[in-house]
Amino acid sequence: MRVALFITCINDALYPRTGRAVVTLLERLGVEVGFPAAQSCCGQPQFNTGYHSEAAPLARRYADAFHGYDHVVVPSGSCAAMVRDNYPRIDEEATREAVAGTYELTEFLVDVLGVTDVGAYYPHTVTYHPTCHGLRMLGLGDRPRRLLQAVKGLRLVELEGAEECCGFGGTFAVKNPDVSAAMGADKARHIEETDAETVCTVDNSCLMHIGGTLSRRGSATRPVHIAEILAGTEEAPL
Amino acid sequence: MSGTYLGMPSFPKAAAASTRDMRLRGNLRHATGTIRAKRAQAVSELGDWDGLRSAGAALKDRTLRHLDRYLVQLESAVTAAGGQVHWARDAEEANRIVTDLVRETGETDVVKVKSMATQEIGLNDALAKAGISAYETDLAELIVQLGDDLPSHILVPAIHRNRDQIRDIFRERMGDWGRAAPRGLSDDPSELAEAARLHLREKFLDAKVGISGANFMVAETGTLVVVESEGNGRMCLTLPETLISVVGIEKTVPTWQDLEVFLQTLPRSSTAERMNPYTSTWTGTTDEDGPSVFHLVLLDNGRTDALADTVGRQALRCIRCSACLNVCPVYERAGGHAYGSAYPGPIGAILTPQLRGVQSELDASLPYASSLCGACYEVCPVAIDIPEVLVHLRERVSEGGTVSVRGRKTTIEPAKGHAAERAVMRAARWAFDHPRALRTGQRLASRARRLTPRRLPLPGPGRAWSDSRDLPRPAPESFRDWWRRTRGEEAPAEGRLEGGDG
Repeated sequence: MRVALFITCINDALYPRTGRAVVTLLERLGVEVGFPAAQSCCGQPQFNTGYHSEAAPLARRYADAFHGYDHVVVPSGSCAAMVRDNYPRIDEEATREAVAGTYELTEFLVDVLGVTDVGAYYPHTVTYHPTCHGLRMLGLGDRPRRLLQAVKGLRLVELEGAEECCGFGGTFAVKNPDVSAAMGADKARHIEETDAETVCTVDNSCLMHIGGTLSRRGSATRPVHIAEILAGTEEAPL
Repeated sequence: MSGTYLGMPSFPKAAAASTRDMRLRGNLRHATGTIRAKRAQAVSELGDWDGLRSAGAALKDRTLRHLDRYLVQLESAVTAAGGQVHWARDAEEANRIVTDLVRETGETDVVKVKSMATQEIGLNDALAKAGISAYETDLAELIVQLGDDLPSHILVPAIHRNRDQIRDIFRERMGDWGRAAPRGLSDDPSELAEAARLHLREKFLDAKVGISGANFMVAETGTLVVVESEGNGRMCLTLPETLISVVGIEKTVPTWQDLEVFLQTLPRSSTAERMNPYTSTWTGTTDEDGPSVFHLVLLDNGRTDALADTVGRQALRCIRCSACLNVCPVYERAGGHAYGSAYPGPIGAILTPQLRGVQSELDASLPYASSLCGACYEVCPVAIDIPEVLVHLRERVSEGGTVSVRGRKTTIEPAKGHAAERAVMRAARWAFDHPRALRTGQRLASRARRLTPRRLPLPGPGRAWSDSRDLPRPAPESFRDWWRRTRGEEAPAEGRLEGGDG
C-alpha cells in the first residue's frame, strides 16, 4: 500500500507538528508514507470565495501530484471535503482518481486500516468539536470520538452545541468579522464550561480560530489537533 | 426600521449593529433554539423522512423543468372554475394589477393573509400610496405592522420581539389602527392573543376585499392552498366578497397527489407540528360560498431568470418552511433584518441575489453571509444544497459571467470592490502553484516570526481577525522543510508543474 500525505498549507506553515504527528502515527501502525513535493494548496480559499478559475489549476496540480498512490491521507476535514466534494465540480475527468483515493485521517484509520485503538496515551480531559466539513460534507460520524475513546488515560467530556459552527469559515472570518467573532465567543464559552484541558478537532483551521479566541479570553484550554493526541504513547508522549 | 428594505447597507455592516444588540440576540437564541429542538423531534418520528425529502426535491425539480406547461394548465383550470388570471412580470406590474383590482371594488380597506410574495413586492406600501389600507391579520405580521417594523423571519415575522415588546406595541399602537388594546394589558400570551383576536375580529367582519398568497397551486384543478396555524388566514379567504391571491409561479404542483409529500414535510420542518392546524383550499368561485370574485396574480419577478441558472434554480424548490433560518448560526447572531429582504437567512442569501441580481452592495454581500457550515442543507425538506448555490453565486460576484436578466442572456462584470481581493487570490494561487517560491516565502515568514504581532491591530482585512482573536505565528520550520531535513529530497520532483505561468 503506497500512502501519500497531503499536508495542507495551514498545517505546513503554521502547524507542522500536526504533520509530524501523522507521520509518527501512521508509521507506528506499519504504513509506509510518502510526501510528494509537488503538492500545494487544495484551492479551497479560492473556490469558496468565488474565484473558481484560480482554484482550477490547483485541483489539477493535486491530481498530478498524487497520481500513482493508493491512498492520500489528509489531516484536515475541510481540505479532504474540498477534494471530494468540489473537485468533481471543477474538473471531474482530471481529478477522478485523486478524489476516490483521498481520505481524512480518522476516516483512513477506521475505514481503511480498520483500527480504533491506535495504542495512544494522553492523560488529559478532552472535549471534541466536530468541524462542519468533517461532520456534514465528509460524514465522519463518530469515527473521531471512537478513536479518542480508545486512547489510554483520556477522559472525553461532552461539548454543548458541539455541532454548531465555530464561526471560522475561511474568508468568512474576515468578510463578516462581527458575526464570526460572536460565533467564536459562544463556542469558546461552551468549551470553557466543559473544564476540559484540551479541545481537539480534525481541522487546524477551525482550531486556529477557536484557539485564537480562547487565548484572547485568557482561557486555560489548549487547542490540539486529533493527530497529535493519537500520535503520543506512554513510551513516547508528545 | 420601517417601510422598506431598499437602500439597506451590506450584510456585514448591518450585522455589526445587530450582533451588539444583546436583547435581539437573546430573543433569537431563545426562539430558534426552542423550535430547532422541536423540529428535530418531529422529523425523527418519521421513518421515511429521507424518502419524503428526495420525493419533494424530485417533484419540485420536475415541475420546474416543465413549468411553462403547468402554468398554462393552471391558468385554464382557474379560469374554468370562475377565477381570473393575471400575469405579472415584476413587482411594479404586480402592484399595479392589485391596486387596480382593489380600486375597481371601490373599497379603501383590505385584509391580508400572511404572504411572502406580497412582502417581496412591497404591496402594502404600493397600496398605501393609492390610499388603500392593508391590514395584516397574521398575529406576528400584525405585531410587525403595528410596530412600523419589517419582518425578520419567514415563518415568525416578529421573532426579534419578546413578550414585553409586543405588549408595549399593542398598548401604544392598536388604537391607531382600529380597536385599542384593553387597559392594563399584560405580557401574558393568552391576554396578548385575546387583544389581537378582538382587534382583528372587527377587521374580518368589515372587510370586502381579501389579499392572500398561497403555499401551493395545483395545476390540474386550479386549486390554491394555504396552510397556517391560527385560522386568521381562513377568515380572510372566506369572508370577503373579493379575493386577490398573489403567488410566485414556482409554487405550482401538477396534481393533488403531490401535496401528500409537502403536507407532511412542511409543518414538521416549520412549526414542528405533525400536521398544520388549518389547511384551506379554494378553486375559483362557488355560488353563495366564499368570495364571489377571485383573481390570481402570477408573479415572475426574477423567477424565470433564476430558472435559467442550472445551479441556482434549486432555490425555487423552497417551500418557505424556515428550517434553514432556525438552524443557521449566522442568522441567529445577525438577525433577519441584516439580510435586507423579505427572505432572510440562508435561503434568502441565495434567493434574493437571484431575484434581484447582484448589482447593489447589499445583494453582492449576501452570498458571503455564511460560513458554509452546511446545517441549512442538512435540514432542508426539499434538499436545496444551499452551500453549493452560495459558492456558485460568489463566483458570479467575484468573477462575473453570463446570467439571464429578464429572459435575455447578459454578461455581467465582477462586482465593484473586489479588485484587491482578486489580486490577492491570483498572487496566492501563483505562489501555491510554484512550491519553490512558496517555500522561500514561508522561510522568510518563519525568520520574521518574532516580529509578527499576535495582538497588535493589523492593517486592512487582517484587522477584523485581530480584533477578537490572537494570531498564530508561523512555525520556525515548515513541515516541508522538516521532511526534507529528516527524510531527504522527496520524489517525485516538483519540476514539471513549475513551468509556464500556471
